[in-house]
Amino acid sequence: MLPLDAWHRKMGGRMVEFAGYQMPIQYAGEHGGIVAEHNWTRTHAGLFDVSHMGQLLISGEGAAAALEALLPIDLSTLELGMQRYSLLLNEEGGVLDDLMVSRWPNEFYLVVNGATKWEDIAHLREHLPDDVTLNHLEDRALLALQGPEAFVALDRHATGKFPLSSLVFMKFGHFEIDGVGMSISRSGYTGEDGFEISLPAKDAEKIATLLCNEPEVQPIGLGARDSLRLEAGLPLYGHDLDTETDPVSARLLFGLAKSRRETGGWMGHATCAKMLDEGSPTKRVGLKVDGRMPAREGALVFSGDEQIGRVTSGGFSPTLGYPIAMAYVASDYAKKDTQLQIEVRNKRLDATVTPMPFVPNNYYRGD
Amino acid sequence: MARYFTDEHEWIDVEGDTATVGITDYAQEQLGDIVFVETPEVGSMVDKGGDAAVVESVKAASDVYAPITGEVVEGNAALEEDPALVNTSPEEDGWFFKMTIGDKDELEGLMDAKAYEAFVASL
Repeated sequence: MLPLDAWHRKMGGRMVEFAGYQMPIQYAGEHGGIVAEHNWTRTHAGLFDVSHMGQLLISGEGAAAALEALLPIDLSTLELGMQRYSLLLNEEGGVLDDLMVSRWPNEFYLVVNGATKWEDIAHLREHLPDDVTLNHLEDRALLALQGPEAFVALDRHATGKFPLSSLVFMKFGHFEIDGVGMSISRSGYTGEDGFEISLPAKDAEKIATLLCNEPEVQPIGLGARDSLRLEAGLPLYGHDLDTETDPVSARLLFGLAKSRRETGGWMGHATCAKMLDEGSPTKRVGLKVDGRMPAREGALVFSGDEQIGRVTSGGFSPTLGYPIAMAYVASDYAKKDTQLQIEVRNKRLDATVTPMPFVPNNYYRGD
Repeated sequence: MARYFTDEHEWIDVEGDTATVGITDYAQEQLGDIVFVETPEVGSMVDKGGDAAVVESVKAASDVYAPITGEVVEGNAALEEDPALVNTSPEEDGWFFKMTIGDKDELEGLMDAKAYEAFVASL
């Protein structure tokens, strides 16, 4: 059971099974419901419980080199206080997971997806050398505070060696709220400015309550988390990414360190190098769908009579007021403004290839 | 006019030889924000318990089943422009379609308001 289980129920969360846990899909009340929670996050600040995600510490003499053998990341440029997106790949270049890596003073801190964390841990344990230690931080909770007012609300409480304003996008630091020490990074999964807060599980309820008592903050469920990340063009593991996809087809080149694309030395390099060199046969694209009928995961994508792809995530965009989708399509059809059709219940919906994010990002990169 | 309910959370109003079908307040509450409704084509035949309409929330698409067998005579055009009517007025303005009554006997297996209320309370 997750540390905030009882708290969600008290707050009116409608609990559903997710990644082996009970989690709130949405909340009841005046500000509850997926669309209301979505819009609240885009205009104010939403508090998400993401404690199902795996928090891992990797330490030991050769930790950096060992991680670099598994991840296409350049840790020599990841300084203390920085966080970076990376990908866990198998030998064939298939995506096992996407994750965040941060450099802590004497170790590396990883945040991996909840649904894949046990497989990730098994994979890491198998491939990390014996003198490198993997510590699964099961006694920690993870909260995300997201939205244009997230800073104002959090800044009232967070104190540290540096002011909260010193954090720009993808930086983290150690802070305290009400006597509780926590690691706060300026990052998230909504496209908005915001923070991810790693703290002891035993203090999670106190801190979640304190933040939700701020006028800017409402609790937000998994439903809006999904619609927000889709608008932000962010892939969801298990849907838009899996072992059948690779970083090049997924267009996650920023997850492959430039300095290591040719030199390699990381698992899955051969496939990625070949794809980088020759181009990938398929590409992940954004689609704007005509009308109001959403096209969902699994819907086939056509150009005329020819099936050229498949939708991997799709839904109605509350911010834009029309349906949007992510799909993998044959690379010839991945150009912006290409007109395609999606089959939904034996009907063909017109769709247009659209650059992502669908809704512009609002990250804080400094003044 | 008599109103009946199904255990799939549809309601059906019977008036003479035609019936109006929609989903219950409980159903819309469970589905959440409705963003699209696909009503059946006028003239199409629907079978008791068979697919008749589709309702899309932000989260997922769900089937709406025909409470009885008959022919569709009208779809609610207002839902095209304003699918949220299903949330705001599920048992009045947010009706889905009107149909003929193929076999009056099929109504007998359905619940009345009191039985449906008890059914929902038991969920």
